Amino acid sequence: MKKKNGTLSDIIYYIFVIGFGFVMIYPILWMIGSSLKPETEIFGNAASLIPGEWLWGNYAQGWEGFGGIGFDVYFRNSMIVTTLVVIGTVCSASIVAYGFARINFKFKAILFGCLMATVMLPVQITLIPQYILFHNVGWVNTFYPLIVPAFLGGQPFFIFLLIQFIRGIPRELDEAAIIDGCSKFGVFLRIILPLLKPALVTVIIFAFMWTWDDFLAPLIYLNSASLHTVTIGLRNFMDADAGTNWGPLLAMSSLSLFPQFVLFAFFQKYLVQGIATTGIK
Amino acid sequence: MAKADNEVRINQAPPPDREILRMEKKKALKESLTGYAIISPWLLGFFVLVLGPILASFYLSFTDYDLLSSPTWIGFDNYVQILTNDPRFKTSIIATLVFVFVSTPLKLLFALALAVLFNTGRKGTGFFTTIYYIPSIIGGSVAIAVVWRQLFGRNGAVNDILDSLGIAGLNWIGNPDTALSVLIILVIWQFGSPMIIFLAGLRQIPTELYEAASVDGAGRIQTFLKITLPMLTPVIFFNLIMQTIGGFMLFTQAYLITQGGPMDSTLFYALYLYEMAFEYLRMGYASAMAWILLVLIAIITIIIFKTSSRWVFYESEGGR
Repeated sequence: MKKKNGTLSDIIYYIFVIGFGFVMIYPILWMIGSSLKPETEIFGNAASLIPGEWLWGNYAQGWEGFGGIGFDVYFRNSMIVTTLVVIGTVCSASIVAYGFARINFKFKAILFGCLMATVMLPVQITLIPQYILFHNVGWVNTFYPLIVPAFLGGQPFFIFLLIQFIRGIPRELDEAAIIDGCSKFGVFLRIILPLLKPALVTVIIFAFMWTWDDFLAPLIYLNSASLHTVTIGLRNFMDADAGTNWGPLLAMSSLSLFPQFVLFAFFQKYLVQGIATTGIK
Repeated sequence: MAKADNEVRINQAPPPDREILRMEKKKALKESLTGYAIISPWLLGFFVLVLGPILASFYLSFTDYDLLSSPTWIGFDNYVQILTNDPRFKTSIIATLVFVFVSTPLKLLFALALAVLFNTGRKGTGFFTTIYYIPSIIGGSVAIAVVWRQLFGRNGAVNDILDSLGIAGLNWIGNPDTALSVLIILVIWQFGSPMIIFLAGLRQIPTELYEAASVDGAGRIQTFLKITLPMLTPVIFFNLIMQTIGGFMLFTQAYLITQGGPMDSTLFYALYLYEMAFEYLRMGYASAMAWILLVLIAIITIIIFKTSSRWVFYESEGGR
């Protein structure tokens, strides 16, 4: 669509898009700006984005955490959980997707229907029995309930995404490999997996971001403070210092989003493509 | 000689099609087994973590269970109690429905409007869509909940800005009339991901349609109403379903920002269910609530699906 009366509408467009864009990222800029403000400024000069006095000490103070457990523990826990979930998701979702996309087995249609039904299933339905199950095997207050599901296929959505991607890979490649003596599993390792890379990048990014952000599962399963993830750590911090320690709290909030910002900065193309083609989140 | 040879061969070999059939059956069985082996991680997860729990949840919904003693069968008591004698259930349903039916259309409206604007092909679109998309990525995080609590707090940034405009501020989160809107704003703020889906949809619309319309002398508004909007209805439909279902399950932000209050004004269904299950340990009651939620979501999804034949436009009738 080419516009005729160019400049004026262009000016209005850019003023609007920039102005509204500023409103959109204001809360994020505010968070980062205020994480460097002294307490009095966070409230006395609430709306401003630039601290009058730059107080880096908020980060050091926040990092100490409270009650003897610092954010080093929370970050370590989050890293452990997130890394293992990402590994589990990539391994299990890719092979399962290959099975659904390329191999004919009995009841495949029904099982595929089950897979798709679980994509839309509200978590609340399985939440309670899963908790009881993990409670009975003694896994409450360990990382297992957060990690093990990822090794058993993970989010069904990721499997679906990968199935769609594999369906786009020409079957002739598989057939050629089978003629050359490859087994089905060999085809997966040598042919499909290397070609799956772009889709796997999308899966990795989303799995990382969702796990890093996850609040409900750690809230339910992790009781000991020494096992808490960053999200729960922040909640503890917020509750413990309700309204008294905003500077360090905002400093740790900013820091908690750091891995996501880094991922976003490097992989935003994959993110945007991932959403555009599949409609995630 | 040749003839005899032929006879021998015929006598020795069983009818070839049966042989092929048997071999194919064997091959299919082998492939089936390979298939099951390959999908076994998911298969195990599906039975142990999904199907088993679904059945267990259904059973538990007819019991009284506190995790410590074994469940006792109480028939439909939980359901009767929830539907007829639980004022907080009613409050939570109303809060959730208001939240979903206000936030979803507004979110999609923003998403659509901005997508249309970004589709005019001006420079810098990629950069701006990225900026607008950032809230969608981090909007569900605890960090943003912390930020929201301050922004909309008594002495927060929003009141500070309003003050400088000469408008008296409010205690947004502490006031039962405004607490819900604080969460609605938070959800609308994350319109970036449906916007990107809309943008992808807009780029699929063939340019010939626009050319034909401009030849016919259609104005901008007419073009939008007669071409863009109808062509985009499948995407609107998709976004509507996804965002509606997502809205019903909002938990983290309500739990952290308003804690369901004040006066239960933001007691979303997921929040109430969590409270029942993990604070009061009423697992049976909460399971029954989960099934009611499932039915409610199913009904609303079915309604959207049923009406879709009236307003969703598919280019090829056989398609999709």
